[in-house]
Amino acid sequence: MADAPVRGPLVARDRLWHPPAYAPGYKTSVTRAPSRALVAAPSTLSEETGPAFGQDMLGELDNNLILNFTGQPAIGERIIMHGRVQDDQGRPVPGALLEIWQANAGGRYRHKKDGYAAPLDPNFGGCGRTVTNAEGRYEFLTIRPGAYPWPNGPNDWRPMHIHISVFGSGFGQRLITQMYFEGDPLIARCPIVNTIKDGSAIEQLVAPLDMSAAIPMDCLAYRFDITLRGRRQTFFENRPEGL
Amino acid sequence: MTKLPYLPETPSQTAGPYVHIGLTPNALGNAGIYPQDLGISPIRDGAKGERITIRGTVTDGAGMILRDALIETWQADAEGLYPAPNEARGQADPNVTGWARVIADFDSGQWTLNTIKPGSVPHTSGGTMAPHISLWVVARGVNIGLQTRIYFEDELAANKKCPILARIEHKDRMRTLLAKKTGNGEYWFEVKLQGEDETIFFDL
Ligand SMILES: [Fe+3]
Repeated sequence: MADAPVRGPLVARDRLWHPPAYAPGYKTSVTRAPSRALVAAPSTLSEETGPAFGQDMLGELDNNLILNFTGQPAIGERIIMHGRVQDDQGRPVPGALLEIWQANAGGRYRHKKDGYAAPLDPNFGGCGRTVTNAEGRYEFLTIRPGAYPWPNGPNDWRPMHIHISVFGSGFGQRLITQMYFEGDPLIARCPIVNTIKDGSAIEQLVAPLDMSAAIPMDCLAYRFDITLRGRRQTFFENRPEGL
Repeated sequence: MTKLPYLPETPSQTAGPYVHIGLTPNALGNAGIYPQDLGISPIRDGAKGERITIRGTVTDGAGMILRDALIETWQADAEGLYPAPNEARGQADPNVTGWARVIADFDSGQWTLNTIKPGSVPHTSGGTMAPHISLWVVARGVNIGLQTRIYFEDELAANKKCPILARIEHKDRMRTLLAKKTGNGEYWFEVKLQGEDETIFFDL
């Protein structure tokens, strides 16, 4: 990789910004939330290091969910999902592995446990992956996923969303989240969204429509920037070790 | 409102019940998108060190075994070097990738990790961390990925000196981090999300 490796201790997570483990509005969390306090300490080499991901491991269609299952186009509203992965200082994070998964246009997942009434799309697998470039940028071509009902409260629906897994330069930065779509009235009603207490943290997960990246007569675009845990100091390979 | 001197981290959301579609599509049965899943093994043939197999489960507060859990593991090679671009101490064993995804079996919920026993790793502020494998656990109902570590019950002397284990106030809980030796090179490790014998989770 051309980029100098990034080192240094990870900034502690703001646990009040993230959803708490126990969030009774999301019923499954009740029995799956640890009840004891986390044992907190500064990060170590075990969290500060991580495997390398390169563009060379990617197939040509890996970030194209419209075509990557059968080669025939999936049904749905064509969209670009794009953005930048950055650290807490706004510096780009190159070489980050991004993996997404989502329901099809009808709100149905290609998963043996999903028995929702909406049909499977024979040409939609529902996953894609990419690695951020030197500017920390990424792009997926996909279809807008449908909203779907789920067993929680008497009539809970998930807003349209794309699940996204992010792997930066350190194992301690590991993150899974979900991207929502600007203007979706189901966002405010969703018990999973509302596990997050701070309204401005929720806003961070709502991707705005980005007409500047839309392609006329082809597809709309949504912009989703991702911020990873920062590092307190950055060491470059050609600098001496230590402080 | 004053501007923060840093950008807040993107908040976490649960991986949900369908995480395998995205992270292990081939293991799920959705073949044809990627030639193979990422993180299928932390080692390749020729990896130096003691071969070990760790088996276990993830259980909830009601004692139910999760069948939708996904665990990522990250470890050093047998010499304690990380196979990472930002490892400054030297070149790790080229046959150790260090990273794996292990999933609970869709029927039994049991997971298996075939790897090598990692070496000790120095702690940044002095001391030596006992051999350990870092875990990151996600599942439906888990709002933010849980960090824990597998230590080994047969590394008594190293465990006693580990600065991370030393931070644990309730010493009787330390055993929740120790993989039990069940045979030659075989270990058992349960992740208990909640309740009695709840696993120690870290914020590192
Ligand atoms: Fe979903």
